Amino acid sequence: MSAVLQSLVNQPYKHGFVTEIESDVAPKGLNEDIIKLISTKKGEPAWMLDFRLKAYHQWLKMDEPKWPNVRYPKIDFQAISYYAAPKPKKKLNSMDEVDPELLRTFEKLGVPMHERAALAGVAVDVIFDSVSVATTYKQKLAEVGIIFCSISEAVQMHPELVRQYLGTVVPVGDNYYAALNSAVFTDGTFCFIPKGVQCPMDLSTYFRINTEESGQFERTLIVAEEGASVSYLEGCTAPKFDTNQLHAAVVELVALDNADIKYSTVQNWYAGDENGLGGIYNFVTKRGLAKGANSRISWTQVETGSAITWKYPSCILQGDNSVGEFYSVAVTNNYQQADTGTKMIHIGKNTRSTIVSKGISSGHSNNSYRGLVRIAPTAAGARNYSQCDSMLIGDKCGAHTFPYIQVRNQEAKVEHEASTSKIGEDQLFYFAQRGIGSEEAVSMIINGFCKDVFQQLPMEFAVEATKLLGFKLEGSVG
Amino acid sequence: MIRDGSRILLEVRGLRAVVNGIEILKGIDLTVRSGEVHAIMGTNGSGKSTFAKVLAGHSAYQVTGGSVLFEGRDLFDLSPEERARAGVFLAFQYPIEIPGVANSHFLRLAYNTVQAQRGQEELDPLEFEDFVRDKMKLLEMNPDFLDRGVNEGFSGGEKKRNEILQMALLEPLLAILDETDSGLDIDALRIVTNGVNKLSTADNAIILVTHYQRMLNYIVPDFVHVMRAGRIIKTGGKELALDLETRGYDWVGAERPVTAGA
Repeated sequence: MSAVLQSLVNQPYKHGFVTEIESDVAPKGLNEDIIKLISTKKGEPAWMLDFRLKAYHQWLKMDEPKWPNVRYPKIDFQAISYYAAPKPKKKLNSMDEVDPELLRTFEKLGVPMHERAALAGVAVDVIFDSVSVATTYKQKLAEVGIIFCSISEAVQMHPELVRQYLGTVVPVGDNYYAALNSAVFTDGTFCFIPKGVQCPMDLSTYFRINTEESGQFERTLIVAEEGASVSYLEGCTAPKFDTNQLHAAVVELVALDNADIKYSTVQNWYAGDENGLGGIYNFVTKRGLAKGANSRISWTQVETGSAITWKYPSCILQGDNSVGEFYSVAVTNNYQQADTGTKMIHIGKNTRSTIVSKGISSGHSNNSYRGLVRIAPTAAGARNYSQCDSMLIGDKCGAHTFPYIQVRNQEAKVEHEASTSKIGEDQLFYFAQRGIGSEEAVSMIINGFCKDVFQQLPMEFAVEATKLLGFKLEGSVG
Repeated sequence: MIRDGSRILLEVRGLRAVVNGIEILKGIDLTVRSGEVHAIMGTNGSGKSTFAKVLAGHSAYQVTGGSVLFEGRDLFDLSPEERARAGVFLAFQYPIEIPGVANSHFLRLAYNTVQAQRGQEELDPLEFEDFVRDKMKLLEMNPDFLDRGVNEGFSGGEKKRNEILQMALLEPLLAILDETDSGLDIDALRIVTNGVNKLSTADNAIILVTHYQRMLNYIVPDFVHVMRAGRIIKTGGKELALDLETRGYDWVGAERPVTAGA
């Protein structure tokens, strides 16, 4: 393969640094005592501990999924520390009281959050090693009745809401990693948009894994009541480490009648070095329940990081006329492995779903799309359109597509299109012959390839995503 | 048309090149002066398109011998993009499709890159829109082409027009048209060749690589070269193309190879 293709992919990780903050780390290993410790540390009510223990006992009986098209050494779950929190020096009342070291980290990441929040009108609920340290714009949101806080805080302040919805979309025993998360999650985000309220701004959370060898188990719950709407942005970066880190998050979305939830992710965690050493194991369960009639759940993801990605943001289209969308760009490089896609479960009448997946593989990486479209017997008039495109850069990478289509209603209409293309010498030569260098050419080809997904992202994220792909693939062509 | 005061743009001497270990070009000699139109003809596999790609710098071909001077400079010292910026243009036989990239964006980037190289003004999207629309009239192209993906879903004829549109924008010193006539119906051929003729000046030169004589009814060459097995085996005026049309290529080989050049 040509040298430009090689060098474009081999851009060093830009966010590789560790912030020195005293951490309160639990002893390694997982057992009932650790779960009780987590629950006690967080001052949780009994029902929350019961939820965790129920999940833990289910998890003990389960096996790790073997079906994904990824390879990695067996994870020692007893070698992981399940709780790490920055030691609270005192209660924080404003941004000025936040650890300056922490603020510098945000600066390095390019997230000057107070400014960014103010200028962009984005409320940033910052999660730093599992515990929220600052929340902005909460007041403004509270005025319209929106609750936007850490899930720990929600358990304390709004227990009835959390209890009503937590685990209803992703049950505690849903899958191996969801069960683990349900047992040990330390923090995450809770968002509640009451009836008839259109959230006045995009809600955004920056996640960041910090303590080495501390598993990260976020839990996110977003509920939009009748006629409510919200756009939620999740952006991720992680510092560079040589040991693998497990990340098993659970995200649950619930949309009632006429509600609309748009969830956008840019994921750029440490992917390991050019020899495949290190990097995050990203085993995530994301699912939305379009519970009410005419509700809509839309997932947009740009996945560029992590050594291994196992992730299928899904929609259960229960309400009549409900809509599910999945727009995805997944980029793998070096020895990264991604097995990602979606599930669209049509239950209600006239439910519609759209799947647009763009996979880009380079280096020695493997990129798989895995998607399920299921039309239940009740889903008269259901429609699905799926488009899965793969692009290969170089000749040592792999692209795979595993579509599962199960139609149990004869009136349903399901379409699936797939394509595979390759950035090769002929494409680059065409650009070169017009005076355009290979890096710019690759960037243009990739952005053109991903256009259908990028245009679904909120403006700010779209710019970030375009740049990210530039870094990510810089030097991979040549 | 050959004019007084012309200068040598391209000087090819003993050019040899291989692809995948097989020698395709086995010693080509050719001199091209400003104001000239050269036609390179020959059967499939004679090396015509390879010659075009080697001049433009396609990485699949390795030059194993000989020299090429462009405006007195060693062409092989320049990367493909540097050659393009210096004024070497190749109209592709099979232009690639770039889905999702608006043609207008691609054309403007190419135009501004070459303008920057020449120390001339770059155009913003609005200025470029006016500029390119004007050029498109030359090729009777619908403005819709600007909003579509580069060559995406274009017919064969539309792709070729888009190639010549790029030639019109970039104003190269040396334009090499690789089988631009293939896949064109008679109306499209007339439009495309008419466009090329309008772009031909006393300062630039054109090399037409073609299989058939029919394009030469529209673009009249000053020289016709016949290639076979990686060499130019015969050079003549425009009448040679007519001979080839009536007699085929076989008889040429029966004669003694000649050294090509003007």
